[in-house]
Amino acid sequence: MASKTQFSAGRALIYAFLLIMALLYLTPLYVMIATSFKDIEEIRSGNLLALPQDPTLYAWIKAWSSACTGSECEGLAPFFMNSVKIVVPAVLLSTIIGALNGYVLAKWRFRGSEVLFGMLLFGCFIPFQVVLLPMARLLAELGLANTVTGLVLVHVVYGLAFTTLFFRNFYVSVPTELVKAAQLDGAGFFAIFRHIFLPVSLPIFVVTIIWQFTQIWNDFLFGVVYSGPGTQPITVALNNLVNTSVGGKEYNVDMAAAVIAALPTLLVYIFAGKYFVRGLTAGAVKG
Amino acid sequence: MSVSKASKPLTLETLLPKIVLAPTTVAMLVCMYGFMLWTGALSFTKSRMLPQWEFVGWDQYARLFSNPRWDVALNNLLIFGVLFIAISLLIGLVLAIFLDQKIRGEGAIRTIYLYPMAVSFVVTGTAWKWILNPGLGLEKLMIDLGFENFEFRWLVEPDMAIYTIVIAAVWQSSGFVMAMFLAGLRGVDDSLIKAAQIDGASPFRAYWHVILPILRPVFFSAIVILSHIAIKSFDLVQALTGGGPGYSSDLPANFMYTFAFNRAQMGLGGASAMVMLMGVLAILVPYLYSELRGQRNGQ
Repeated sequence: MASKTQFSAGRALIYAFLLIMALLYLTPLYVMIATSFKDIEEIRSGNLLALPQDPTLYAWIKAWSSACTGSECEGLAPFFMNSVKIVVPAVLLSTIIGALNGYVLAKWRFRGSEVLFGMLLFGCFIPFQVVLLPMARLLAELGLANTVTGLVLVHVVYGLAFTTLFFRNFYVSVPTELVKAAQLDGAGFFAIFRHIFLPVSLPIFVVTIIWQFTQIWNDFLFGVVYSGPGTQPITVALNNLVNTSVGGKEYNVDMAAAVIAALPTLLVYIFAGKYFVRGLTAGAVKG
Repeated sequence: MSVSKASKPLTLETLLPKIVLAPTTVAMLVCMYGFMLWTGALSFTKSRMLPQWEFVGWDQYARLFSNPRWDVALNNLLIFGVLFIAISLLIGLVLAIFLDQKIRGEGAIRTIYLYPMAVSFVVTGTAWKWILNPGLGLEKLMIDLGFENFEFRWLVEPDMAIYTIVIAAVWQSSGFVMAMFLAGLRGVDDSLIKAAQIDGASPFRAYWHVILPILRPVFFSAIVILSHIAIKSFDLVQALTGGGPGYSSDLPANFMYTFAFNRAQMGLGGASAMVMLMGVLAILVPYLYSELRGQRNGQ
Protein backbone atom coordinates (compact mmCIF):
# COMPACT_ATOMS: atom_id res chain seq x y z
CA MET A 1 0.00 0.00 0.00
CA ALA A 2 2.77 2.40 0.97
CA SER A 3 4.57 1.85 -2.29
CA LYS A 4 1.32 2.39 -4.17
CA THR A 5 0.73 5.85 -2.69
CA GLN A 6 4.34 6.80 -3.21
CA PHE A 7 3.98 5.64 -6.76
CA SER A 8 0.98 7.83 -7.47
CA ALA A 9 2.49 10.79 -5.64
CA GLY A 10 5.46 10.43 -7.95
CA ARG A 11 3.16 10.34 -10.95
CA ALA A 12 1.31 13.40 -9.72
CA LEU A 13 4.64 15.23 -9.56
CA ILE A 14 5.49 14.16 -13.09
CA TYR A 15 2.12 15.38 -14.36
CA ALA A 16 2.50 18.65 -12.48
CA PHE A 17 5.96 19.20 -13.92
CA LEU A 18 4.86 18.40 -17.47
CA LEU A 19 1.85 20.72 -17.20
CA ILE A 20 3.85 23.61 -15.74
CA MET A 21 6.36 23.25 -18.53
CA ALA A 22 3.54 23.16 -21.09
CA LEU A 23 2.19 26.41 -19.63
CA LEU A 24 5.66 27.97 -19.82
CA TYR A 25 5.97 27.00 -23.49
CA LEU A 26 2.53 28.44 -24.21
CA THR A 27 3.09 31.69 -22.32
CA PRO A 28 4.91 33.61 -25.09
CA LEU A 29 2.16 32.78 -27.57
CA TYR A 30 -0.49 33.78 -25.03
CA VAL A 31 1.34 37.04 -24.29
CA MET A 32 1.59 37.82 -28.01
CA ILE A 33 -2.09 37.22 -28.65
CA ALA A 34 -3.29 38.95 -25.45
CA THR A 35 -1.09 42.00 -26.10
CA SER A 36 -2.28 42.25 -29.70
CA PHE A 37 -5.87 42.81 -28.50
CA LYS A 38 -5.04 45.52 -25.96
CA ASP A 39 -4.82 49.24 -26.53
CA ILE A 40 -1.70 51.16 -25.58
CA GLU A 41 -3.28 52.53 -22.42
CA GLU A 42 -4.03 49.05 -21.16
CA ILE A 43 -0.52 47.84 -22.00
CA ARG A 44 0.93 50.65 -19.88
CA SER A 45 -1.37 50.08 -16.93
CA GLY A 46 -1.69 46.28 -16.95
CA ASN A 47 0.88 43.53 -17.14
CA LEU A 48 1.95 40.79 -19.57
CA LEU A 49 -0.40 38.10 -18.34
CA ALA A 50 -3.51 40.21 -17.85
CA LEU A 51 -6.37 39.39 -20.17
CA PRO A 52 -7.45 42.22 -22.48
CA GLN A 53 -10.19 44.10 -20.59
CA ASP A 54 -11.63 45.77 -23.64
CA PRO A 55 -10.44 43.75 -26.68
CA THR A 56 -9.82 45.85 -29.77
CA LEU A 57 -8.81 45.04 -33.33
CA TYR A 58 -6.95 48.32 -33.65
CA ALA A 59 -3.48 46.69 -33.53
CA TRP A 60 -4.40 43.98 -36.02
CA ILE A 61 -5.81 46.44 -38.54
CA LYS A 62 -2.84 48.74 -38.17
CA ALA A 63 -0.30 45.88 -38.41
CA TRP A 64 -1.97 44.55 -41.53
CA SER A 65 -2.61 47.75 -43.44
CA SER A 66 -0.94 50.89 -42.12
CA ALA A 67 2.02 50.23 -39.81
CA CYS A 68 5.38 51.61 -40.93
CA THR A 69 8.01 49.13 -42.05
CA GLY A 70 10.67 51.68 -42.83
CA SER A 71 9.95 54.62 -45.08
CA GLU A 72 6.61 53.28 -46.31
CA CYS A 73 3.59 52.72 -44.09
CA GLU A 74 1.38 50.14 -45.75
CA GLY A 75 1.38 47.51 -43.03
CA LEU A 76 2.38 43.89 -43.55
CA ALA A 77 -0.16 43.08 -46.27
CA PRO A 78 2.11 43.71 -49.30
CA PHE A 79 4.95 41.78 -47.66
CA PHE A 80 2.67 38.90 -46.83
CA MET A 81 1.90 38.76 -50.54
CA ASN A 82 5.61 38.93 -51.36
CA SER A 83 6.23 35.92 -49.15
CA VAL A 84 3.41 34.03 -50.86
CA LYS A 85 4.89 34.90 -54.27
CA ILE A 86 8.29 33.64 -53.15
CA VAL A 87 7.14 30.56 -51.25
CA VAL A 88 4.71 29.00 -53.72
CA PRO A 89 7.00 28.66 -56.76
CA ALA A 90 10.09 27.95 -54.64
CA VAL A 91 8.38 25.12 -52.76
CA LEU A 92 6.87 23.58 -55.89
CA LEU A 93 10.07 23.75 -57.95
CA SER A 94 12.38 22.49 -55.25
CA THR A 95 9.98 19.65 -54.41
CA ILE A 96 9.49 18.49 -58.01
CA ILE A 97 13.19 18.65 -58.84
CA GLY A 98 13.99 16.94 -55.53
CA ALA A 99 11.54 14.12 -56.35
CA LEU A 100 13.19 13.43 -59.72
CA ASN A 101 16.69 13.71 -58.23
CA GLY A 102 15.75 11.34 -55.43
CA TYR A 103 14.30 8.89 -57.95
CA VAL A 104 17.54 8.85 -59.93
CA LEU A 105 19.78 8.62 -56.87
CA ALA A 106 17.71 5.78 -55.41
CA LYS A 107 17.06 3.64 -58.48
CA TRP A 108 19.12 4.79 -61.46
CA ARG A 109 22.54 5.01 -59.94
CA PHE A 110 25.47 5.48 -62.28
CA ARG A 111 29.16 5.79 -61.70
CA GLY A 112 29.69 8.87 -59.57
CA SER A 113 26.08 9.27 -58.51
CA GLU A 114 26.87 8.28 -54.93
CA VAL A 115 29.70 10.82 -54.79
CA LEU A 116 27.28 13.39 -56.14
CA PHE A 117 24.79 12.53 -53.44
CA GLY A 118 27.47 12.80 -50.77
CA MET A 119 28.49 16.22 -52.06
CA LEU A 120 24.87 17.35 -52.11
CA LEU A 121 24.33 16.07 -48.59
CA PHE A 122 27.26 18.10 -47.41
CA GLY A 123 25.44 21.12 -48.78
CA CYS A 124 22.82 20.71 -46.04
CA PHE A 125 25.43 21.74 -43.52
CA ILE A 126 27.31 24.68 -44.95
CA PRO A 127 26.74 27.97 -43.18
CA PHE A 128 25.13 30.11 -45.86
CA GLN A 129 27.43 32.99 -44.98
CA VAL A 130 30.05 31.44 -47.30
CA VAL A 131 27.77 31.76 -50.33
CA LEU A 132 26.08 35.10 -49.59
CA LEU A 133 28.58 37.38 -51.32
CA PRO A 134 29.10 35.45 -54.58
CA MET A 135 25.36 34.75 -54.84
CA ALA A 136 24.69 38.48 -54.65
CA ARG A 137 27.12 38.93 -57.56
CA LEU A 138 25.47 36.18 -59.58
CA LEU A 139 21.99 37.62 -59.04
CA ALA A 140 23.25 41.04 -60.11
CA GLU A 141 24.82 39.54 -63.27
CA LEU A 142 21.55 37.79 -64.09
CA GLY A 143 19.60 41.02 -63.52
CA LEU A 144 17.75 39.34 -60.67
CA ALA A 145 19.03 41.45 -57.77
CA ASN A 146 16.17 42.58 -55.48
CA THR A 147 13.57 40.55 -57.38
CA VAL A 148 11.10 37.92 -56.31
CA THR A 149 12.45 35.67 -59.09
CA GLY A 150 15.95 35.98 -57.63
CA LEU A 151 14.75 34.95 -54.19
CA VAL A 152 12.84 32.01 -55.67
CA LEU A 153 16.02 30.92 -57.44
CA VAL A 154 18.08 31.15 -54.25
CA HIS A 155 15.55 29.17 -52.23
CA VAL A 156 15.29 26.49 -54.92
CA VAL A 157 19.06 26.11 -55.24
CA TYR A 158 19.71 25.83 -51.51
CA GLY A 159 16.58 23.78 -50.85
CA LEU A 160 17.50 21.06 -53.35
CA ALA A 161 19.94 19.32 -51.04
CA PHE A 162 17.13 18.70 -48.58
CA THR A 163 14.34 17.81 -50.95
CA THR A 164 16.64 15.39 -52.80
CA LEU A 165 17.68 13.79 -49.51
CA PHE A 166 14.03 13.32 -48.44
CA PHE A 167 12.95 11.69 -51.70
CA ARG A 168 16.07 9.61 -52.14
CA ASN A 169 15.73 8.09 -48.68
CA PHE A 170 12.04 7.42 -49.30
CA TYR A 171 12.46 5.88 -52.77
CA VAL A 172 15.32 3.59 -51.69
CA SER A 173 12.72 1.42 -49.97
CA VAL A 174 10.71 0.84 -53.19
CA PRO A 175 11.70 -2.68 -54.35
CA THR A 176 14.15 -2.59 -57.24
CA GLU A 177 12.46 -5.74 -58.65
CA LEU A 178 9.39 -3.65 -59.45
CA VAL A 179 11.54 -1.33 -61.53
CA LYS A 180 13.19 -4.24 -63.34
CA ALA A 181 9.87 -5.90 -64.07
CA ALA A 182 8.49 -2.66 -65.49
CA GLN A 183 11.62 -2.28 -67.63
CA LEU A 184 11.10 -5.76 -69.05
CA ASP A 185 7.57 -4.68 -69.94
CA GLY A 186 9.11 -1.86 -71.92
CA ALA A 187 8.38 0.99 -69.50
CA GLY A 188 10.84 3.87 -69.67
CA PHE A 189 12.36 6.21 -67.11
CA PHE A 190 9.41 8.58 -66.79
CA ALA A 191 6.73 5.90 -67.20
CA ILE A 192 8.20 3.98 -64.27
CA PHE A 193 8.31 7.16 -62.21
CA ARG A 194 4.70 8.00 -63.02
CA HIS A 195 3.18 4.54 -62.60
CA ILE A 196 5.26 3.01 -59.81
CA PHE A 197 6.79 5.84 -57.78
CA LEU A 198 4.29 8.70 -57.94
CA PRO A 199 1.33 6.65 -56.64
CA VAL A 200 3.19 5.82 -53.40
CA SER A 201 4.73 9.26 -52.96
CA LEU A 202 1.95 11.21 -51.25
CA PRO A 203 3.41 11.06 -47.70
CA ILE A 204 6.88 12.15 -48.77
CA PHE A 205 5.44 14.95 -50.90
CA VAL A 206 3.50 16.20 -47.88
CA VAL A 207 6.57 16.00 -45.62
CA THR A 208 8.78 17.77 -48.16
CA ILE A 209 6.28 20.49 -49.01
CA ILE A 210 5.66 21.25 -45.34
CA TRP A 211 9.38 21.31 -44.62
CA GLN A 212 10.15 23.61 -47.53
CA PHE A 213 7.17 25.83 -46.80
CA THR A 214 8.28 26.31 -43.19
CA GLN A 215 11.92 26.89 -44.12
CA ILE A 216 11.21 29.42 -46.86
CA TRP A 217 8.36 31.25 -45.11
CA ASN A 218 10.54 31.64 -42.01
CA ASP A 219 13.72 32.59 -43.88
CA PHE A 220 15.25 35.88 -42.90
CA LEU A 221 18.88 35.69 -44.06
CA PHE A 222 18.27 35.37 -47.82
CA GLY A 223 15.32 37.71 -47.54
CA VAL A 224 17.27 40.51 -45.92
CA VAL A 225 20.29 40.15 -48.24
CA TYR A 226 18.61 39.63 -51.63
CA SER A 227 15.37 41.63 -51.48
CA GLY A 228 14.72 45.25 -52.33
CA PRO A 229 12.19 47.70 -50.90
CA GLY A 230 9.28 46.28 -52.93
CA THR A 231 10.15 42.61 -52.67
CA GLN A 232 10.89 42.03 -48.99
CA PRO A 233 9.42 38.89 -47.47
CA ILE A 234 7.29 39.15 -44.34
CA THR A 235 10.07 38.22 -41.88
CA VAL A 236 12.16 41.17 -43.05
CA ALA A 237 9.14 43.50 -42.94
CA LEU A 238 8.31 42.33 -39.42
CA ASN A 239 11.84 43.04 -38.28
CA ASN A 240 11.69 46.50 -39.87
CA LEU A 241 8.29 47.20 -38.36
CA VAL A 242 9.47 46.31 -34.87
CA ASN A 243 12.69 48.29 -35.19
CA THR A 244 11.18 51.34 -36.87
CA SER A 245 10.77 53.98 -34.27
CA VAL A 246 8.28 56.54 -35.45
CA GLY A 247 6.54 58.10 -32.49
CA GLY A 248 5.82 55.92 -29.46
CA LYS A 249 6.42 52.19 -29.40
CA GLU A 250 3.22 50.26 -30.06
CA TYR A 251 3.78 46.81 -28.60
CA ASN A 252 0.26 45.72 -29.49
CA VAL A 253 0.98 46.41 -33.18
CA ASP A 254 4.32 44.58 -32.92
CA MET A 255 2.61 41.54 -31.44
CA ALA A 256 -0.23 41.52 -33.97
CA ALA A 257 2.39 41.72 -36.72
CA ALA A 258 4.38 38.86 -35.20
CA VAL A 259 1.27 36.68 -34.99
CA ILE A 260 0.40 37.49 -38.61
CA ALA A 261 3.91 36.50 -39.69
CA ALA A 262 3.76 33.28 -37.66
CA LEU A 263 0.21 32.28 -38.53
CA PRO A 264 0.75 30.35 -41.80
CA THR A 265 3.42 28.05 -40.38
CA LEU A 266 1.59 27.70 -37.06
CA LEU A 267 -1.57 26.62 -38.88
CA VAL A 268 0.39 24.11 -40.92
CA TYR A 269 1.87 22.80 -37.68
CA ILE A 270 -1.51 22.53 -35.98
CA PHE A 271 -3.18 20.74 -38.88
CA ALA A 272 -0.29 18.66 -40.18
CA GLY A 273 1.94 18.43 -37.13
CA LYS A 274 2.61 14.75 -37.67
CA TYR A 275 4.21 15.42 -41.05
CA PHE A 276 6.01 18.46 -39.73
CA VAL A 277 7.67 16.39 -37.01
CA ARG A 278 8.55 13.70 -39.52
CA GLY A 279 10.28 16.26 -41.72
CA LEU A 280 12.05 17.67 -38.71
CA THR A 281 13.53 14.33 -37.74
CA ALA A 282 14.30 13.42 -41.35
CA GLY A 283 15.88 16.81 -41.87
CA ALA A 284 17.43 16.71 -38.44
CA VAL A 285 20.83 17.10 -40.00
CA LYS A 286 20.03 20.72 -40.60
CA GLY A 287 18.10 21.60 -37.48
CA MET B 1 21.95 -2.56 -57.12
CA SER B 2 21.67 -0.18 -60.05
CA VAL B 3 19.10 -1.03 -62.68
CA SER B 4 20.56 1.12 -65.42
CA LYS B 5 23.37 -1.35 -66.09
CA ALA B 6 20.88 -3.65 -67.80
CA SER B 7 20.65 -1.44 -70.88
CA LYS B 8 23.97 -0.90 -72.60
CA PRO B 9 23.39 1.08 -75.81
CA LEU B 10 23.75 4.81 -75.51
CA THR B 11 20.24 6.11 -76.13
CA LEU B 12 18.28 9.03 -74.81
CA GLU B 13 16.65 6.63 -72.36
CA THR B 14 19.96 5.59 -70.79
CA LEU B 15 21.09 9.19 -70.62
CA LEU B 16 17.90 10.40 -68.95
CA PRO B 17 19.02 9.84 -65.34
CA LYS B 18 22.11 11.94 -65.96
CA ILE B 19 20.15 14.61 -67.80
CA VAL B 20 17.71 14.83 -64.88
CA LEU B 21 20.54 15.27 -62.38
CA ALA B 22 22.48 17.70 -64.57
CA PRO B 23 20.82 20.98 -63.48
CA THR B 24 21.16 20.11 -59.79
CA THR B 25 24.77 19.05 -60.32
CA VAL B 26 25.62 22.31 -62.03
CA ALA B 27 23.78 24.36 -59.40
CA MET B 28 25.55 22.47 -56.63
CA LEU B 29 29.01 22.75 -58.16
CA VAL B 30 28.61 26.46 -58.89
CA CYS B 31 26.45 27.73 -56.03
CA MET B 32 27.87 25.61 -53.21
CA TYR B 33 31.41 24.51 -53.95
CA GLY B 34 32.28 27.20 -56.48
CA PHE B 35 30.94 29.94 -54.24
CA MET B 36 32.77 28.51 -51.26
CA LEU B 37 36.04 28.72 -53.20
CA TRP B 38 35.12 32.21 -54.42
CA THR B 39 34.54 33.40 -50.87
CA GLY B 40 37.75 31.69 -49.79
CA ALA B 41 39.70 33.46 -52.53
CA LEU B 42 37.98 36.75 -51.73
CA SER B 43 39.11 36.49 -48.12
CA PHE B 44 42.73 36.71 -49.31
CA THR B 45 42.15 39.94 -51.24
CA LYS B 46 41.74 43.54 -50.20
CA SER B 47 38.18 43.74 -51.61
CA ARG B 48 35.91 46.32 -50.09
CA MET B 49 32.90 47.61 -52.05
CA LEU B 50 33.63 45.37 -55.04
CA PRO B 51 35.68 42.24 -55.51
CA GLN B 52 39.20 43.25 -56.31
CA TRP B 53 41.63 40.47 -57.07
CA GLU B 54 44.73 41.85 -55.48
CA PHE B 55 45.95 39.22 -53.07
CA VAL B 56 47.16 40.28 -49.66
CA GLY B 57 47.77 36.91 -48.01
CA TRP B 58 46.38 36.48 -44.53
CA ASP B 59 45.89 40.22 -43.95
CA GLN B 60 42.10 40.04 -43.70
CA TYR B 61 42.34 37.25 -41.14
CA ALA B 62 44.84 39.27 -39.14
CA ARG B 63 42.47 42.26 -39.29
CA LEU B 64 39.58 40.00 -38.33
CA PHE B 65 41.21 38.59 -35.25
CA SER B 66 42.44 41.96 -34.09
CA ASN B 67 38.94 43.43 -34.47
CA PRO B 68 37.39 43.83 -30.99
CA ARG B 69 33.93 43.35 -32.45
CA TRP B 70 34.88 39.91 -33.84
CA ASP B 71 36.36 39.09 -30.47
CA VAL B 72 33.04 39.92 -28.81
CA ALA B 73 31.15 37.88 -31.42
CA LEU B 74 33.34 34.81 -30.85
CA ASN B 75 33.06 35.15 -27.08
CA ASN B 76 29.30 35.46 -27.38
CA LEU B 77 29.17 32.38 -29.58
CA LEU B 78 31.05 30.47 -26.89
CA ILE B 79 28.70 31.65 -24.11
CA PHE B 80 25.61 31.24 -26.25
CA GLY B 81 26.66 27.89 -27.72
CA VAL B 82 27.58 26.25 -24.42
CA LEU B 83 24.51 27.46 -22.52
CA PHE B 84 22.07 26.95 -25.38
CA ILE B 85 23.27 23.39 -25.99
CA ALA B 86 23.55 22.39 -22.32
CA ILE B 87 20.16 23.80 -21.27
CA SER B 88 18.35 22.49 -24.35
CA LEU B 89 19.81 19.02 -23.78
CA LEU B 90 18.86 19.04 -20.11
CA ILE B 91 15.30 20.27 -20.63
CA GLY B 92 14.79 18.08 -23.70
CA LEU B 93 16.01 14.99 -21.88
CA VAL B 94 13.96 15.56 -18.72
CA LEU B 95 10.80 16.28 -20.72
CA ALA B 96 11.34 13.19 -22.86
CA ILE B 97 11.92 10.89 -19.88
CA PHE B 98 8.83 12.21 -18.09
CA LEU B 99 6.72 12.03 -21.24
CA ASP B 100 7.81 8.43 -21.71
CA GLN B 101 6.00 7.36 -18.49
CA LYS B 102 2.76 6.43 -20.29
CA ILE B 103 1.37 9.92 -19.81
CA ARG B 104 -2.24 10.67 -20.63
CA GLY B 105 -2.60 13.33 -23.27
CA GLU B 106 1.02 12.81 -24.32
CA GLY B 107 0.26 13.80 -27.91
CA ALA B 108 -1.20 17.16 -26.92
CA ILE B 109 1.63 17.94 -24.49
CA ARG B 110 4.25 16.99 -27.07
CA THR B 111 2.57 19.27 -29.60
CA ILE B 112 2.81 22.16 -27.14
CA TYR B 113 6.52 21.60 -26.45
CA LEU B 114 7.28 21.48 -30.15
CA TYR B 115 5.22 24.34 -31.60
CA PRO B 116 7.90 27.04 -31.17
CA MET B 117 9.91 25.14 -33.79
CA ALA B 118 7.28 26.08 -36.39
CA VAL B 119 7.68 29.85 -36.02
CA SER B 120 10.55 31.87 -37.38
CA PHE B 121 13.39 33.19 -35.23
CA VAL B 122 12.27 36.70 -36.15
CA VAL B 123 8.87 36.08 -34.56
CA THR B 124 10.54 34.48 -31.53
CA GLY B 125 12.84 37.46 -31.19
CA THR B 126 9.96 39.92 -31.49
CA ALA B 127 7.93 38.11 -28.84
CA TRP B 128 10.78 37.88 -26.33
CA LYS B 129 11.81 41.45 -26.98
CA TRP B 130 8.42 42.43 -25.64
CA ILE B 131 8.34 39.89 -22.79
CA LEU B 132 11.81 40.84 -21.52
CA ASN B 133 11.20 44.54 -22.07
CA PRO B 134 12.54 46.51 -19.10
CA GLY B 135 9.73 48.55 -17.69
CA LEU B 136 6.57 47.00 -19.11
CA GLY B 137 7.51 43.34 -19.54
CA LEU B 138 8.50 40.66 -17.07
CA GLU B 139 9.73 43.32 -14.66
CA LYS B 140 6.29 44.94 -14.37
CA LEU B 141 4.63 41.55 -14.06
CA MET B 142 6.80 40.59 -11.09
CA ILE B 143 6.26 43.97 -9.43
CA ASP B 144 2.49 43.56 -9.92
CA LEU B 145 2.79 40.14 -8.30
CA GLY B 146 4.28 41.78 -5.23
CA PHE B 147 8.03 41.60 -5.80
CA GLU B 148 8.46 45.33 -5.50
CA ASN B 149 12.21 45.51 -6.07
CA PHE B 150 12.31 43.05 -8.92
CA GLU B 151 14.67 44.15 -11.69
CA PHE B 152 15.11 42.54 -15.05
CA ARG B 153 16.98 44.69 -17.56
CA TRP B 154 19.14 42.16 -19.40
CA LEU B 155 18.04 43.49 -22.80
CA VAL B 156 19.69 46.84 -22.14
CA GLU B 157 22.73 45.60 -20.21
CA PRO B 158 25.73 44.93 -22.46
CA ASP B 159 27.00 42.16 -20.19
CA MET B 160 23.67 40.36 -20.05
CA ALA B 161 22.05 40.85 -23.49
CA ILE B 162 23.54 37.63 -24.86
CA TYR B 163 21.69 35.65 -22.17
CA THR B 164 18.32 36.88 -23.45
CA ILE B 165 19.24 35.22 -26.73
CA VAL B 166 19.94 31.99 -24.85
CA ILE B 167 16.48 32.16 -23.24
CA ALA B 168 14.65 32.70 -26.52
CA ALA B 169 16.68 30.08 -28.38
CA VAL B 170 16.12 27.46 -25.67
CA TRP B 171 12.39 28.16 -25.78
CA GLN B 172 12.39 27.64 -29.53
CA SER B 173 14.61 24.56 -29.80
CA SER B 174 14.33 22.49 -26.62
CA GLY B 175 11.08 20.88 -27.78
CA PHE B 176 12.92 19.56 -30.77
CA VAL B 177 15.56 17.99 -28.53
CA MET B 178 12.71 16.48 -26.52
CA ALA B 179 11.34 14.91 -29.73
CA MET B 180 14.75 13.42 -30.56
CA PHE B 181 15.21 11.93 -27.11
CA LEU B 182 11.64 10.64 -27.03
CA ALA B 183 12.22 8.84 -30.34
CA GLY B 184 15.39 7.39 -28.84
CA LEU B 185 13.62 6.28 -25.65
CA ARG B 186 10.88 4.58 -27.66
CA GLY B 187 13.59 2.41 -29.14
CA VAL B 188 14.77 1.30 -25.70
CA ASP B 189 13.40 -2.00 -24.43
CA ASP B 190 11.13 -1.42 -21.40
CA SER B 191 12.33 -4.62 -19.80
CA LEU B 192 15.76 -3.05 -19.35
CA ILE B 193 14.38 -0.55 -16.85
CA LYS B 194 12.28 -3.17 -15.12
CA ALA B 195 15.31 -5.45 -14.82
CA ALA B 196 17.35 -2.63 -13.30
CA GLN B 197 14.56 -1.83 -10.85
CA ILE B 198 14.16 -5.45 -9.84
CA ASP B 199 17.87 -5.38 -9.07
CA GLY B 200 16.99 -2.68 -6.57
CA ALA B 201 18.08 0.39 -8.55
CA SER B 202 16.03 3.55 -8.05
CA PRO B 203 14.37 4.92 -11.20
CA PHE B 204 16.96 7.68 -11.25
CA ARG B 205 19.86 5.23 -11.11
CA ALA B 206 18.19 2.99 -13.67
CA TYR B 207 18.05 5.87 -16.12
CA TRP B 208 21.52 7.12 -15.27
CA HIS B 209 23.31 3.78 -15.61
CA VAL B 210 21.18 1.87 -18.09
CA ILE B 211 19.23 4.22 -20.36
CA LEU B 212 21.53 7.21 -20.80
CA PRO B 213 24.41 5.12 -22.19
CA ILE B 214 22.01 3.67 -24.76
CA LEU B 215 20.97 7.19 -25.76
CA ARG B 216 24.56 8.20 -26.46
CA PRO B 217 24.02 8.42 -30.27
CA VAL B 218 21.02 10.73 -29.70
CA PHE B 219 23.21 12.97 -27.54
CA PHE B 220 25.75 13.18 -30.34
CA SER B 221 23.20 14.00 -33.03
CA ALA B 222 21.50 16.56 -30.81
CA ILE B 223 24.80 18.26 -29.96
CA VAL B 224 25.78 18.42 -33.63
CA ILE B 225 22.42 19.87 -34.64
CA LEU B 226 22.32 22.38 -31.79
CA SER B 227 25.87 23.57 -32.37
CA HIS B 228 25.03 23.93 -36.03
CA ILE B 229 22.02 26.09 -35.11
CA ALA B 230 24.22 28.09 -32.73
CA ILE B 231 26.93 28.85 -35.30
CA LYS B 232 24.36 29.89 -37.89
CA SER B 233 22.24 31.97 -35.48
CA PHE B 234 21.55 35.31 -37.08
CA ASP B 235 17.83 36.13 -37.27
CA LEU B 236 17.23 35.76 -33.55
CA VAL B 237 19.94 38.26 -32.63
CA GLN B 238 18.82 40.62 -35.37
CA ALA B 239 15.22 40.61 -34.10
CA LEU B 240 15.77 40.40 -30.34
CA THR B 241 18.69 42.71 -29.62
CA GLY B 242 19.87 43.90 -33.03
CA GLY B 243 23.30 42.88 -31.76
CA GLY B 244 23.09 45.56 -29.09
CA PRO B 245 23.44 47.38 -26.81
CA GLY B 246 26.27 48.57 -29.05
CA TYR B 247 27.60 45.33 -30.49
CA SER B 248 27.60 43.50 -27.18
CA SER B 249 25.32 40.65 -28.31
CA ASP B 250 26.68 40.15 -31.84
CA LEU B 251 27.28 36.61 -33.06
CA PRO B 252 29.68 35.77 -35.93
CA ALA B 253 26.84 35.60 -38.47
CA ASN B 254 25.77 39.13 -37.53
CA PHE B 255 29.36 40.33 -37.77
CA MET B 256 29.63 38.82 -41.24
CA TYR B 257 26.39 40.44 -42.40
CA THR B 258 27.30 43.85 -40.99
CA PHE B 259 30.77 43.98 -42.49
CA ALA B 260 30.01 42.33 -45.83
CA PHE B 261 26.78 44.17 -46.61
CA ASN B 262 26.50 47.32 -44.49
CA ARG B 263 30.10 48.39 -44.28
CA ALA B 264 31.34 47.32 -47.71
CA GLN B 265 34.17 45.21 -46.29
CA MET B 266 33.91 42.22 -48.59
CA GLY B 267 37.34 40.79 -47.83
CA LEU B 268 36.81 40.97 -44.08
CA GLY B 269 33.27 39.59 -44.40
CA GLY B 270 34.59 36.74 -46.53
CA ALA B 271 37.27 35.94 -43.96
CA SER B 272 34.69 35.80 -41.16
CA ALA B 273 32.48 33.52 -43.29
CA MET B 274 35.41 31.18 -43.88
CA VAL B 275 36.13 31.01 -40.15
CA MET B 276 32.46 30.08 -39.61
CA LEU B 277 32.75 27.36 -42.25
CA MET B 278 35.84 25.96 -40.56
CA GLY B 279 33.95 25.93 -37.26
CA VAL B 280 31.11 23.92 -38.80
CA LEU B 281 33.57 21.53 -40.45
CA ALA B 282 35.42 20.99 -37.18
CA ILE B 283 32.18 19.69 -35.66
CA LEU B 284 30.81 17.97 -38.73
CA VAL B 285 33.69 16.00 -40.17
CA PRO B 286 34.34 13.86 -37.08
CA TYR B 287 30.59 13.32 -36.69
CA LEU B 288 30.00 12.27 -40.31
CA TYR B 289 33.11 10.11 -40.18
CA SER B 290 31.88 8.20 -37.15
CA GLU B 291 28.33 7.99 -38.56
CA LEU B 292 29.48 6.55 -41.87
CA ARG B 293 31.86 4.14 -40.22
CA GLY B 294 29.11 3.04 -37.86
CA GLN B 295 26.75 2.46 -40.79
CA ARG B 296 29.30 0.42 -42.64
CA ASN B 297 30.01 -1.75 -39.63
CA GLY B 298 26.30 -2.10 -38.97
CA GLN B 299 25.41 -3.35 -42.42
